Amino acid sequence: MSASPVYLDAATAAPMHPVARQALLAAFDDGWADPGKLYTQARRARQLLDAAREATALTLGVRADEVSFTPSGTTAAHGAVLGGLSGRHRVGSTLVHSAIEHSAVLHAAERHVATGGTVTGVPVDRLGRLDLTAWSAAVRAPGVALAALITASHEVGTVQPVAEAAAACAEVGVPLYVDAAQSVGRVPVPAGWSVLTASAHKWGGPPGVGVLAVRKGTRWESPWPADEREGGRTPGVVNLPAVVAAAASLRAAAADAAAEATRLAPLVDRIRARVAAEVPDVEVVGDPVLRLPHLVTFSCLYVDGEALLHALDRRGFAVSSGSSCTSSTLRPSHVLEAMGVLSHGNVRVSLHRETTEADVERFLTELPGIVADLRAEAGVVGL
Amino acid sequence: MPDEVIDCRGQRCPLPVIAAARRLPQVPVGTVVRVLADDPAAAVDIPAWCRMRGQEFLGSVNGPEGPAYDVRRQH
Ligand SMILES: Cc1ncc(COP(=O)(O)O)c(C=O)c1O
Repeated sequence: MSASPVYLDAATAAPMHPVARQALLAAFDDGWADPGKLYTQARRARQLLDAAREATALTLGVRADEVSFTPSGTTAAHGAVLGGLSGRHRVGSTLVHSAIEHSAVLHAAERHVATGGTVTGVPVDRLGRLDLTAWSAAVRAPGVALAALITASHEVGTVQPVAEAAAACAEVGVPLYVDAAQSVGRVPVPAGWSVLTASAHKWGGPPGVGVLAVRKGTRWESPWPADEREGGRTPGVVNLPAVVAAAASLRAAAADAAAEATRLAPLVDRIRARVAAEVPDVEVVGDPVLRLPHLVTFSCLYVDGEALLHALDRRGFAVSSGSSCTSSTLRPSHVLEAMGVLSHGNVRVSLHRETTEADVERFLTELPGIVADLRAEAGVVGL
Repeated sequence: MPDEVIDCRGQRCPLPVIAAARRLPQVPVGTVVRVLADDPAAAVDIPAWCRMRGQEFLGSVNGPEGPAYDVRRQH
């Protein structure tokens, strides 16, 4: 028996918004030419790219010439970190970042260390919220070139104190980079940042489009070999049809964001309450209030995360996990580790515009039995 | 010094946590059990298990036998 599929992994990739699909198909006909050339087809492509940039800038509340489209959220994050450090190398070579950044940011930080730079990681509390006192002290230290903060945790949903962190940076003139991949198109991003990145497949756009926004006056220098496209911030030709679709779906997602948050947040509350009440020995993690509206994470004691994902998949549920056995590196999630919460038996559920109350109910009805069966198989009942 | 050692080297999480959970009720209250575990997740999960179960996590040591975690039975 195969159950009807219930996709609950929007934080990895949201199902494509119908507006994105329409725009993508239209742009395949209309937007294949190179926007940099001087003939009719290219001018049409240029118009589409300019319109996509204007629309994206409007949603982000920035100027169009501050926005570049990159080949992914990951390349945007790499560019943000390395470019921010490069632009201020005369001031210093320290990168301050939270302990719960996305691996894209952490890998860029590793590259910085490998080339002689230093990094300061700032801890979070048990709920996954930034330690603001430690953050303020870290950005105040001499030689800080850039500070990086995720707007909301992609693994546990805890919203970070971006405005306060930005104020601490502003006091000492350190530019703030925010990785807003999980917020853009869903919740407002507080002002005060100098560099922002996002990723289209998180808001219902196509995969393979990132956004890099650099505010005017920020000392940011492209870390890539020279290329004049996209304001000189990211090399290579853009995937124009995908960019057009990304911009169209961002506008649609942003327009519906408040209503969607109002619809999804109570479903997440329901998951938090029911999982805690109906699955024994479970730890629901992340801030119960200061959180993203669509994302919830919990860990089931004595349960193997990979076995749990497979069991859920057999019943039609697609979810993610931060457990070590589900990662290629066989290391537990650095986010769960930084929070000091149970890392095995971990499940991340993330909802999207197609998620219905019935989907959530079916998940909540089946989960306790699935966990109980796995515990019975492993012989850990009553431990 | 621990009163006894359980060797979970080579085991993936959650097995070291399960081994600790099985053994602790069998030893007298106050006993310190050392769990040898080289799965990196043990560093997170053994302290988290102690917190959830009200047992005392004494700390980790990295000795010649690899990473080890000391737990004292509290109740
Ligand atoms: C917070 C965060 N930053 C960056 C990324 C990377 O984006 P992309 O998948 O477009 O490379 C992701 C997605 O995995 C993310 O969740």
